[in-house]
Amino acid sequence: MYYREAGRLVKSFASDRRMLPLMEDRWIVIAFLAFMYIVVTATASDYLFSAILIPMMVLGVATLGLNIATGYTGQLSLGTAGFMCFGAFAAFNLVLRLEMYLPFAFFFAGVIAGLVGIVFGLPALRIKGFYLIVSTLAAQFFAEWVFNAYPWFLDNNSSGVVALPPHHYKVFLGQESTPFNAVFWHSYQGRYLITLTITLLLVLACKNMVRSATGRNWMAVRDMDIAANVIGISVAKTKLMAFFISTFYCGVAGAMYAYCYIGNLDFMIFNLRRSFLIMFMVIVGGLGSILGSFLGAIFVYGWPILITRMGDWIFGGGTLDTAFVENNSKIVVGTIIIVLLIREPGGFAALWLTTKKKLRSWPFAN
Amino acid sequence: MKTRVMVLASALVAMLGMSSIVSAEETMYVPIPSYRVGPYAAGGTGYFGGILDYYNLLNARGGIGGVKLIWSECETEYSVERGVECYKRLKDREGGAVFFDPLSVGISTALIETGRADKMPIIAVNHGKTAGQRGDIFPYYFMPGINTYDEHSIMVHYIGGLEGGMENLKGKKIAMLFHGSPYGREAIAFMDSMCEKHGCSHEAIEVPHPGNEQQSQWLKIRKSKPDYVLLRGWGVMNPVAMQTAKRMGFPVSRLIGNIWSNSDEDVIPAGGAANGYQAITTHPAGTDFKVVQDIIADVYGAGKGDLQDKSRLGSVYWNLGVLAGVVHTEALRIAQERFGNRALSSSETRWGFENLVLTAERIEELGATGLVPELNLNCMDHVGGHLAKFQQWDANARQWNIVSDWIEGDVELSQSIIDAGAEKYAADNNIEPRPCSADSNDDDFDL
Repeated sequence: MYYREAGRLVKSFASDRRMLPLMEDRWIVIAFLAFMYIVVTATASDYLFSAILIPMMVLGVATLGLNIATGYTGQLSLGTAGFMCFGAFAAFNLVLRLEMYLPFAFFFAGVIAGLVGIVFGLPALRIKGFYLIVSTLAAQFFAEWVFNAYPWFLDNNSSGVVALPPHHYKVFLGQESTPFNAVFWHSYQGRYLITLTITLLLVLACKNMVRSATGRNWMAVRDMDIAANVIGISVAKTKLMAFFISTFYCGVAGAMYAYCYIGNLDFMIFNLRRSFLIMFMVIVGGLGSILGSFLGAIFVYGWPILITRMGDWIFGGGTLDTAFVENNSKIVVGTIIIVLLIREPGGFAALWLTTKKKLRSWPFAN
Repeated sequence: MKTRVMVLASALVAMLGMSSIVSAEETMYVPIPSYRVGPYAAGGTGYFGGILDYYNLLNARGGIGGVKLIWSECETEYSVERGVECYKRLKDREGGAVFFDPLSVGISTALIETGRADKMPIIAVNHGKTAGQRGDIFPYYFMPGINTYDEHSIMVHYIGGLEGGMENLKGKKIAMLFHGSPYGREAIAFMDSMCEKHGCSHEAIEVPHPGNEQQSQWLKIRKSKPDYVLLRGWGVMNPVAMQTAKRMGFPVSRLIGNIWSNSDEDVIPAGGAANGYQAITTHPAGTDFKVVQDIIADVYGAGKGDLQDKSRLGSVYWNLGVLAGVVHTEALRIAQERFGNRALSSSETRWGFENLVLTAERIEELGATGLVPELNLNCMDHVGGHLAKFQQWDANARQWNIVSDWIEGDVELSQSIIDAGAEKYAADNNIEPRPCSADSNDDDFDL
């Protein structure tokens, strides 16, 4: 690589415990964030904000949530979209009924979703693996049922789809009429910046949990729960903690999905298919990796769009049957996933690690 | 290597060739957010196929006021996020789209505010957010045809007709079997007030999704002995309802289906049990219309037809697509009458939709008599039709027969509910209603 790690000695505990021990890594991350905050905000188009960047970040957060339960703690879950749904409805009702400011509503929506997650995570204390999938699947169906059967959650809206009006978009500093809120919510830049900031905070929190005792407990339980128990880790507490944090992330992602992305609340979009897609994102991105969660989300969400756009670009829009293009893009995406997982079962995250390792010793062979 | 260069070169040549053809004449661009794969593909291929077939017919005849339509498709799979992505992707292409019609409540509702900001008409033919009828509050949202409340009042009017007059509904019992979803629930309150007005009693019975088991619901119906059962179904629930009705001895001819229970896909799986089943329709099935015959001759004859399976010509979804094509292009034509025979902007198209009037004579000219209802949209009414017919399924001949003329909905009764919904929306969203009235169409809005 262009920088070497050899011969760098840490001189204090504080620098040893840094999240990014290498100065170059820190600069890369800072440069990336500066790029995202300044260059992208200033130059990207509405299409990029609203159809590419925001959904990718939101889905990345949901994937990260599932990754905490599945990748770090080894608890399989198929209820992700259901938990997102709880988060979205919780945020809506908190804003509607308690007139809460949006960042707080996002936070408490996460907490409410997390509590629901604990309830559906309880069976994890007794059962494992595929059996646990069934229990979390129940969360998915429960969400679809409860928001259908009780229109109260939807403010008794008859059509089942609620538009989220501007008075909902109170961020801070008073009412919707302040220029601050107008700038933030009536432009895609604003929504993008809010999504980016929340995503950044959640990633930082996750990174720190993972490299602290909490995360080590998760991984110990994942690798062998009996051994973890023997060395004094409370398996029950760890599992429930993992479920809480995992569904907290999913809940916040669901609230952001409704408020920052679609601008509508509709329980039909949090269906089982989305749970599966998020699971694919985890698998393709890499189990137990933060970067992988986002790479998986970017790939699974973005690749079909890229393929169809490339098809349009090469062949000219309209000359090819869209069903043909669509089915072919599915075949291509499926093939790439299969090849990737055979060549690199650890997903994109492992691919990145291999690349990094190779670059580290470059230009030498090993 | 050589072949790769050749392929790239020929692709480049093809692209250049195509773009030069396109730029040769004035065109209007329509984005087609179709869904041709996934669980809703049957509806999507039929509807968007019908639209494109009608556009092709018009283009073959020289376009609209000499301006041809061009389009490109984007697959939504009926999912909201893909639909929104398609909208953002296509809206500025080819000098700007003129309107957007996704045939999905989720997508069109998600785009209401975006459409307002972009000055882009969002079209939802025969469905959509009912409050959107109020054009003063939803200037860029159009649902030409009928809305949910029209649908149910027309069904009650039809039952009144079967009983020999609305006054005979007094004391009659009507049950509504509804799909357990927001779509299913939407009509309950309206049916209550409709029955209150006409003196009938109404009972709503829920069938949980997907509805492939309805024993307990029909036992309930057998106990309460309603005179008619309205079927507000979706998917597999419809044939199962017909079969269970037959098993329980309920006459299928007294089972009346709504808009989403009226296609061939709903009755064919029920086999003989569906014989005599009646359903509301905004547009008859079949190919006995001049415009459909023209499409078959001029578009399919020239090998430009969109449907791969030609037996679906004249099916319920395809005919709805033709109807939508007529509605779209007539709005464009009406806008051209004001702004000149040239390519229009999206807000000029909005004016065309708002002033869309389809008289019986115009429909006759288009060769669509019997297929397309008369429409009269204005600033306060973005639905404008409120008309539907009834059809009855003949299981032996495997075809729908039209059994009624156009019946009008109870616009007065639905208006108060629509007003309440729209005014709440306006208050929530800080929207100042435009000055509109029956005689002012707010002509220069946003131009």
